[in-house]
Amino acid sequence: MHIVVCIKQVPDSAQIRVHPVHNTIMRQGVPTIINPYDLFALEEALRLRDRLGGEVTVLTMGPPTASESLRKALTFGADRAVLLTDRYFAGSDTLATSYALATALEKIAAEFGAPDIVFTGKQTIDGDTAQVGPGIAKRLNYNQLTYVARIAETDLAAGTITVERRAEGGTQVLLSRLPALITMLEATNEMRRGSIENALAAASAKVITWNATDIGVTDLTKCGLRGSPTIVKKVFAPGARSEKASFIEAEGGSDLLADAVISAIFARAPAVEADLLEFAATQY
Amino acid sequence: MSESAKPAPPAASGRASTKKELPEHFKAYKHVWVAVEIEHGHAHSVSFELLGEGRKLADRRGVELGAVVMGDDRSSLDAAAAQAFEYGADVVYLVCHPTLAHYRNEVATRVMTDLVNTYQPEILLLGATNLGRDLAGSVATTLLTGLTADCTELEIDEEGSLAATRPTFGGSLLCTIFTLNFRPQMATVRPRVLAMPEPIAARTGRIVEHAVNLDENDIVTKVLQFIADRDSDKAQLPYADIVVAGGLGLRSAENFSLVRELADVLGGEYGGSRPLVQKGWITADRQIGQTGKTIRPRLYIAAGISGAIQHRVGVEGADMIVAINSDPNAPIFEFAHLGIVADAITLLPALTEAFSKRLRVNRLAS
Ligand SMILES: Cc1cc2nc3c(=O)[nH]c(=O)nc-3n(C[C@H](O)[C@H](O)[C@H](O)COP(=O)(O)OP(=O)(O)OC[C@H]3O[C@@H](n4cnc5c(N)ncnc54)[C@H](O)[C@@H]3O)c2cc1C
Ligand SMILES: Nc1ncnc2c1ncn2[C@@H]1O[C@H](COP(=O)(O)O)[C@@H](O)[C@H]1O
Repeated sequence: MHIVVCIKQVPDSAQIRVHPVHNTIMRQGVPTIINPYDLFALEEALRLRDRLGGEVTVLTMGPPTASESLRKALTFGADRAVLLTDRYFAGSDTLATSYALATALEKIAAEFGAPDIVFTGKQTIDGDTAQVGPGIAKRLNYNQLTYVARIAETDLAAGTITVERRAEGGTQVLLSRLPALITMLEATNEMRRGSIENALAAASAKVITWNATDIGVTDLTKCGLRGSPTIVKKVFAPGARSEKASFIEAEGGSDLLADAVISAIFARAPAVEADLLEFAATQY
Repeated sequence: MSESAKPAPPAASGRASTKKELPEHFKAYKHVWVAVEIEHGHAHSVSFELLGEGRKLADRRGVELGAVVMGDDRSSLDAAAAQAFEYGADVVYLVCHPTLAHYRNEVATRVMTDLVNTYQPEILLLGATNLGRDLAGSVATTLLTGLTADCTELEIDEEGSLAATRPTFGGSLLCTIFTLNFRPQMATVRPRVLAMPEPIAARTGRIVEHAVNLDENDIVTKVLQFIADRDSDKAQLPYADIVVAGGLGLRSAENFSLVRELADVLGGEYGGSRPLVQKGWITADRQIGQTGKTIRPRLYIAAGISGAIQHRVGVEGADMIVAINSDPNAPIFEFAHLGIVADAITLLPALTEAFSKRLRVNRLAS
């Protein structure tokens, strides 16, 4: 079977600050990692391949340096890596991202065989929208299975897949058909350690690099900022509350301090005191 | 949503127009809609929170507030519609069909896009729940419109556009996003981010029953089974009135029991910052913050938590935030109401003791 995993390279830390004078984002020097949620998707893909045979292709869209994340995925045992990079893709929102990735997936299908499953992570830690997966599914007309906690059964001959999906208030067991797009839930598996052989192979492996023309984009207005219906007008750091915290102090040890704290809470929120007394009445 | 707040891209890629130039065919789009989430016969409370906010947006725009209600059981749909009216809807678009028994992306997307194309709302709001996020992405992609996920604030700007604010860059910053030239303007909001409005008893409105042409045989994905969570499995953090939480300042898993003990005495829930989940001191369902639960308690006590923005966005809706931190410069004091510069490891047990004493004494006195 052919499985494609979409991974994104993201900044390792949230310590990105706004420049105090220029009000621009200071992104320099922040180390990058594979979006942690995507590792659950990658591991699940590798397990399926190990069990059922076939190949795992990893796909990312990003700057040329995103090839580092692809190489990392190769060390875990992915068979092929595709980097989609083009300045025309810069500034893509979820709609433009899903357009670019879906178009690349069509090219992957044509070159290396149609995917049976496309995986994405549940969400990214920088974009954090959980919308790119559903966007790809819709564009490719794949059956969409989000928040998958477990793949119960994959029947390649019948072209069916059974998954357990995290729904509101419970778990749905869904029977669907391949090809499917799965967004994998976190903490559903544990990423393997890459083998030495994989690491060696990855070091010399070729990352397939495509730009917009390579994947057959003819309408550049669907890409990047121009293809993004959402417009970011303002980026800002959250301010302090207008009123600063009132500090509570007490001389003479933590018992007195505790009492002062409780008095301050009750003085500000008499309703909380009333509720607590009501609760206490049921307890003591 | 765009993660595109990067420095200006190369000129050749062309800047998107940040001017409002709404195409003619979108000008007919009017009214604010909320997709009411119904699972197992009950509307999710996030839908009421959204109706409260949607009411304000509709009033600002001078338009109607619509609620979309879909499912297979007419009586629970009618009940949900009645609730939607009480929470502020003027009109309910009701779709009743056997294929809508359980939520399934395929069918729900078809119904929702059909409703949007038929009645043309200018704004469509959904809960940022698993269901809402699953549906919103498909609907926005089908309609090729903009979607801003996980908003923390919704406003109407001077031009009448939806201004949707959300955390960005891992939550370290906020950004305000617009969908100027496409309709509907879509946004999702997580449960408990918005205040729950007061329902107005017996308030009613119009029901528009929308017929759909669906056939189970055409639908690929089947629900084989639904395994409901046991109530005891889930921490009720988002809906707790009192929450006590701890952070790395507690130094060890053993010390975390001080948090639980205080929560117990107060009849509240306990939770913690994200590093505690990573260290295995608490389970993931008790993580508070941007990638955990959003809470809106009446009283929030945070002990040994620095108050990073990712934590802050999850607790800002609390009526009263009491912070205990040994560092007087900890960021949490920038948004706490009451601050105590102290060692949480000694203050927490003292608080537990003092609370139980007071509650007991007062009870005897009353
Ligand atoms: C994408 C992303 C998402 C995130 N999501 C979340 C999230 O949902 N929720 C979340 O909480 N975090 C989240 N984080 C992590 C967040 O950035 C912070 O790292 C985290 O909240 C810090 O946890 P903390 O306050 O417990 O620890 P620290 O920041 O280490 O703070 C410990 C505090 O304890 C104080 N202290 C030390 N000793 C004592 C003592 N004896 N008594 C009292 N105080 C003491 C210190 O002064 C310090 O302020 C996220 C990060 C990223 C990158
Ligand atoms: N630039 C990208 N390249 C490859 N995959 C991506 C990219 N952006 C998002 N994804 C995938 O889509 C998922 C959801 O992303 P998001 O909608 O940003 O939360 C991620 O977990 C990735 O699997």
